Formats: sequence, C-alpha cells, structure tokens
Amino acid sequence: MTSTVIEVRKLAKHFGDTCALANIDLDVKQGEMLGLLGPSGSGKSTLLRHLNGLVRADKNSKSSIKTLGNDVQINGKFSRSVRTSRSQTGYIFQQHNLVSRLSVLQNVLIGALSSTPKWRSLSGNFTTLQKSKALQALDKVGLKQFAKQRVSTLSGGQQQRVAIARALMQDSKLILADEPIASLDPEASRTVMELLRSINKELGIAVVVTLHQVEFALEYCPRIVALKDGEIYFDGPSHDLNQSKIDQLYGATQRKAAEALPNLSPSLWPQLA
Amino acid sequence: MNIAAISQPKSSRFSIAKTLSWALVFAVLVYSWQGAEIAPYKLYQDAGNMAELAADFFPPDFGHITYYLEEMLITLHIALWGTIFAIFLSIPCALLCAENLVPAWVYQPMRRLMDAARAINEMVFAMLFVVTVGLGPFAGVMALFIHTTGVLAKLFSEAIEAIDPGQVEGVRATGATKLEEILYGVIPQVLPLWISFSLYRFESNVRSATVVGMVGAGGIGVILWESIRGFMFEQTCAVMIIIVITVSSLDFASQRIRKLFI
Repeated sequence: MTSTVIEVRKLAKHFGDTCALANIDLDVKQGEMLGLLGPSGSGKSTLLRHLNGLVRADKNSKSSIKTLGNDVQINGKFSRSVRTSRSQTGYIFQQHNLVSRLSVLQNVLIGALSSTPKWRSLSGNFTTLQKSKALQALDKVGLKQFAKQRVSTLSGGQQQRVAIARALMQDSKLILADEPIASLDPEASRTVMELLRSINKELGIAVVVTLHQVEFALEYCPRIVALKDGEIYFDGPSHDLNQSKIDQLYGATQRKAAEALPNLSPSLWPQLA
Repeated sequence: MNIAAISQPKSSRFSIAKTLSWALVFAVLVYSWQGAEIAPYKLYQDAGNMAELAADFFPPDFGHITYYLEEMLITLHIALWGTIFAIFLSIPCALLCAENLVPAWVYQPMRRLMDAARAINEMVFAMLFVVTVGLGPFAGVMALFIHTTGVLAKLFSEAIEAIDPGQVEGVRATGATKLEEILYGVIPQVLPLWISFSLYRFESNVRSATVVGMVGAGGIGVILWESIRGFMFEQTCAVMIIIVITVSSLDFASQRIRKLFI
C-alpha cells in the first residue's frame, strides 16, 4: 500500500513583483525518489523550502501543503503543527547548515531535539540510547570515527553526510535535499547520491532532491519533476525526459540570458546553450 | 570615449563644501578649547607647585601594606561579582536586543534601556547605591553590575547579529523550538566572542572598582580618597603603585586568556 507523503495544491509565491512559483500541484508517494530539475531561478529551491515550512506561500493564494498527512501551511499561513511537520521531515541544505563549532555527534543529536523532553534538550542532557542511535546514524553514513571531532574540521562531502545522519536521527519518512551536491567534487557527489539512494531503497524513505546536474538526476531518480519559470514543465519517469526536452528546459532561458547581455559575442552562444 | 569626462573632478561646488566642512571642524576645535579653559601657560607658571606636590609623593609609605592589600583584594571581589552579575543579566538582554531574533517593538525599547545603563557612569550609580544599600563594597558591586550590563548587552547582541543564519536554519529545519534554535544554533556561534568580551569587561571593571571607593562604595578607592584628602601623599603613592601592579598584571593575564578563545 502506498500513501502520499507530499501533497501540494495551488502553491503560488511572489518575491515582490517577481513570480517564483505559479500554481504548483504536486504529489509524492511513499518510497519515491524524485529529482527536481530546472535552470537557476526556476523555483526549485523555493518549492523545497515551502515543503518544510521555511518560507510562507502568498497570503492571498488558496494554497495548501501537507507532508506525511500533516498540514504544513494553508493559504500562506503556517499551520499550528508546522514544527511537527518539520521534525518528521529531514532537510539537507546546499551549504549543509551544520553548527560548525559543535561536534559531529552533537550535530546529529540536534535531529533528536523535537522528540526530547524540554528539560533534557535545554540542558543538553541526551540519553545514552539517543547517543547510541546517533552513533548508528553516523555509522550508516560512514563517519562513526569522527563523532567527537568538531564539524568544521570535516570536508564538504563529509559535512553533507553528517547532515544526512542528522536527518536519519529524526526518524523521518521523507528527506528533502536542496542541491546537496552543488558544492562538492564529483567523487563526493557520487558518495552523497549513493547514500541518498540506499536510504531510499533500504529504509523506504521518500527523497526529493533538487539538482542542477541532469546526468545525476537521470541516473539516480526514477521520477523527475522539472520546473521552468515557476511552473511545472515536466513530471514523469526519468526515461521520458529526452534530450530535446532537456534542451528546451535549459536552452531557451540561457539563450535569453545571453541575448540580454548586449556586448556578448554571438560566437559564445553554442557553449552557453 | 567618455573616460576623460568621468575622471575629471566634479564642479567647484564640491571644493566649497570641502572648505566649509574644514572651517566647521576648526571652529568646533576653537570653541571647545575656550569651553575647556585650556591654558598651557599654567603648566609652566605653576611648575613649582607641581614639583613640590610630586616631591611629597616620595618616598612611598608602605607602612600599612597589609591593610592596602586587603582593600585591593576587596576591590577585586567587587569587580568579579559586578562582572558576573552583569554577564548573567546581559545574556537575556542581548537576545532581546538582537534584530535578527526579535521584532522591532522588542529590541528598540530594550536597546534604549541598555543605552541608559551604559550612558551613566559607574561613579554615578555608585553614589546612588551608597544611598540605597549603604556605604561599602556591595554598593560598588551594584554600580558595576548595572553599567556593565548595558555594555555587555550591546557587545553580546552585536555578536548575535553577525552570526551565520544558515546554521540556525539547519536547527529550525529539524522542528526545534525557538529556544532550542537559540541554544543550539546561536549560542555555539557567539560563545567565544562572549567569553572574550566578558574577560575584557572584567579587566576594565578592576580599573573602575579602584575608583568607586571614592564615593564610599568600598575597596581601595576609599583609602585613596582618604589619603589624598588628608594630604598623606606618601601613602597615596604606595596605594597607586599597588593599583598599577595589580591592574596591569590582571590585564596581561586576561589578554592571554582571551587569545585562547578567538
């Protein structure tokens, strides 16, 4: 039996006069691995941030977002249970957003804050059980031996894996990853993507990942959603996303950008497109 | 091209403004010179007086050295507790002064309150607390406490305003409460700076604690004041030497410790 983990209806978002998202409808089923594609500025990060209640939708829109059956926001207002929704959803940032002066283990334990009684969380008094669970999560991402080290001493790829361990600590059934490999070298990128895939396959956690490398998306994500100018341009199995669609998705906007630069030599166009 | 036109100096109106502002600066300096009744010739005219006074300071009289050292120790007690109370109170105050944590209707009044605590000198607070809690070191502790809270709250909140918001967002994304966001996302980032600022304020509070005694708020300042008023300058000299040695060695030690945290 499959159930819906993400349900987005009529989501619209403007930043000032710029339309970032227009009338987005999206359903994601349990256990899916979905790649979110689109040129820069197409709204993929904005969409992801809405799903975890980090940004509010337009106030006058009739929008609604549910994750794992809980309301996140309705008509541009956070629901009362927004913190519950956040706690059940793992979120991975491009810049990993770990607390750099805390140890690796402490950062993973932050994933347990919302399920910890307040007197424990506010005094930093985590249980032995929680600590061993955090170590298990670190073991899963292959960083158990770094548990005591300060996060800032790790490499970018390792820090991203700590962020994944923090998401695992949350016991979430859904992980949202916003450009997790954008600032990593190819080898670290592959490690992180393999990790996301194994989490998706072995633990049945649904993964929504925004990417700007099409090859990675086609390789790792059975389903692709592509955004263009804030609207859904493509939604389907990755093998249906053929080269001409990809060219249209990226090419047109980049050519437009190139035309906007008056003195750019036309001979540079082929590389840009 | 137009490069020549761009690099040409702007019209002469610009240099008139420049001349006028220099004239204004000069006028302010002259006005303040008169206001402060600065009279360098007096230094020369009264040089004899000063030489006589300076001669009275020597040799320093360490006859009551144990008494002086006891009072110096009390001065350190005053500085220590004035600083510790201030650190504790300025943490919540700083959180309420930081514009990236609270809305304007909270941080604006809170900042004005801290401005007031900072604007009034320790000596003034000391005089007021001598009236309310009586003569003695506790009045000094309270005076340093209030003034230092104003200073530390400003320094602490400026450190908060310079943090990386991404790390806090990372904590928020796990479903943490506002208080947990602050404890796990904000405090680890600002702690080294906060420790450094606190030590620095302890240094300057030791200096301030040596003078609050002059208005009766305890410590070595009391002896300093009494010996000056009694024209016992040889004792004054001994007390000053003790102050200089204590303050500079503490400054040195605290500087060393502060470097460990930054």
